[in-house]
Amino acid sequence: MTTVAARELRDGEVVFVGIGLPNLACNLARATHAPNLVLIYESGAVGAEPERLPVSIGDPSLVTGSLMVCGMADVFQFLLQNGRIEVGFLGGAQIDRYGNINTTAVGDYRHPAVRLPGSGGAAEIAIHARRTVVISRLSRRSFPAQVDFITSPGHRMRGRTRRELGMPGAGPVRVITDKGVLEADAGSGELVLAALYPGVGAHEVRDGVGWPLRCRDVLHDVEPPGTEELTLLREALDPRGLYLRS
Amino acid sequence: MRDAVATLVRDGDTVVIEGFTHLICFAAGHEIIRQRRRDLTLCRLTPDLIYDQMIAAGCARKLVFSWAGNPGAGSLHAFRRAVEQGDPPLELEEYSHFGMVARLSAGAARLPFWTLRDYMGTDLPAANPRIRTVACPYTGEMLATVPALNPDVTIVHAQRADAQGNAQIWGLLGVQKEAALASERVIVVVEELVDESVIRADPNRTIIPGLAVDAVVVEPWGAHPSYAQGYYDRDNDFYVGWEPISRDRSALQRYLDEFVLGVRDRAEYVERCGGLARLRAASRVCAGVNYGY
Repeated sequence: MTTVAARELRDGEVVFVGIGLPNLACNLARATHAPNLVLIYESGAVGAEPERLPVSIGDPSLVTGSLMVCGMADVFQFLLQNGRIEVGFLGGAQIDRYGNINTTAVGDYRHPAVRLPGSGGAAEIAIHARRTVVISRLSRRSFPAQVDFITSPGHRMRGRTRRELGMPGAGPVRVITDKGVLEADAGSGELVLAALYPGVGAHEVRDGVGWPLRCRDVLHDVEPPGTEELTLLREALDPRGLYLRS
Repeated sequence: MRDAVATLVRDGDTVVIEGFTHLICFAAGHEIIRQRRRDLTLCRLTPDLIYDQMIAAGCARKLVFSWAGNPGAGSLHAFRRAVEQGDPPLELEEYSHFGMVARLSAGAARLPFWTLRDYMGTDLPAANPRIRTVACPYTGEMLATVPALNPDVTIVHAQRADAQGNAQIWGLLGVQKEAALASERVIVVVEELVDESVIRADPNRTIIPGLAVDAVVVEPWGAHPSYAQGYYDRDNDFYVGWEPISRDRSALQRYLDEFVLGVRDRAEYVERCGGLARLRAASRVCAGVNYGY
């Protein structure tokens, strides 16, 4: 998932980085095809070049040697709302058919079965980043037909589109899972299967979501990670395996 | 610290202990717990472990926040028990990070609200009726609004300040400045008290002016397990270790008994933790600049 996410990024892009796999993906991209990637953390570190793997978005290693450190008011108003963030990475407990993400509550908001952390910056990132990329392992529980609570809006929110609601960014263009890649269909705004990992059948992905998943006419194969990418990930970027599994 | 909290933090107050991952004044939170403050409205973007502890200790009536997790480590379980089981009862007023930042910006500017292009298509306004909208009087565009937040007391941890409270902060700035300037009362807690001449030598680094500050407390290691850039690292192991403590009510109570209620002050806390010297910061000192003319 990390290498696929890294390949989403184009050299020189301005990326809002979250912790975990997005952070690894961004640093892998910088070490391979996108050396001029500009990493911005919502905590206020701009052009961060951490010398150790940060475990939170407020790690001190993000500050040392960065290009700029500013207050959060500046990040959210003058960089994000200003339209300067080209890519935002999002993840979440639930992602639905239209790319809406729930990180707030499973069940009723006032009496939740599970209270999740909440939006953080995700709501505004989903609205303002020129495009967002979602990373999440596939499971029916994580991919319901409709989320219980819309924290980060996708393409269609209770029938209304991004354009109708006046959202500046394009929304989630790609959802990278551990079995295949989903893309937002231009017409319906629905997530459809676009690519499969080697050895994975389309039915496995269909079984992993809670709605009748449509497929593109032509399904691409996801390129497996190259040796250079794997070596970088396992030896340089995440040697303790904090975020990478098997 | 004892005097500052006794004088400036009262039952029922709206309290901000600021710092976004960086410079979170755990020492003040612990003193508030020791002095058994009650019915507080606790505000922070991320409650972090400090508010998880204060919720467990029974200090909080209400939480105003935008993200309540323990990054990379798990959940804030005292927070979750309060919300999922009502144990203890906790009122929530929930925003996003931008919303919380905007609330404090409005508060610091003494405006009644702040506008932002946000929340359309989300369920946050349905969950929080204080998130509203306004039509721009110039363009007609509908914009979201959040009400100003003017805390009763804000506690800011800074690397250094002079006796007047002119506080210098470097590294992640969070919303320290906005929270302090929005607040009725401000306590600045520092790693080091410095002479006024040190402040005057580098005025760009002063983030909070002394004219807005009511008390200055000198409390080395006051942010542990959070960190102070240039002084000590974040205790990431502690944060990870909080997951099993927080998950188990009696383990959490034992933690509070031993490290909060059972110590007189931060100095005794540091002794009891033992070995914090391993977190001391390496040296990455920058060259100063020329303020001459």
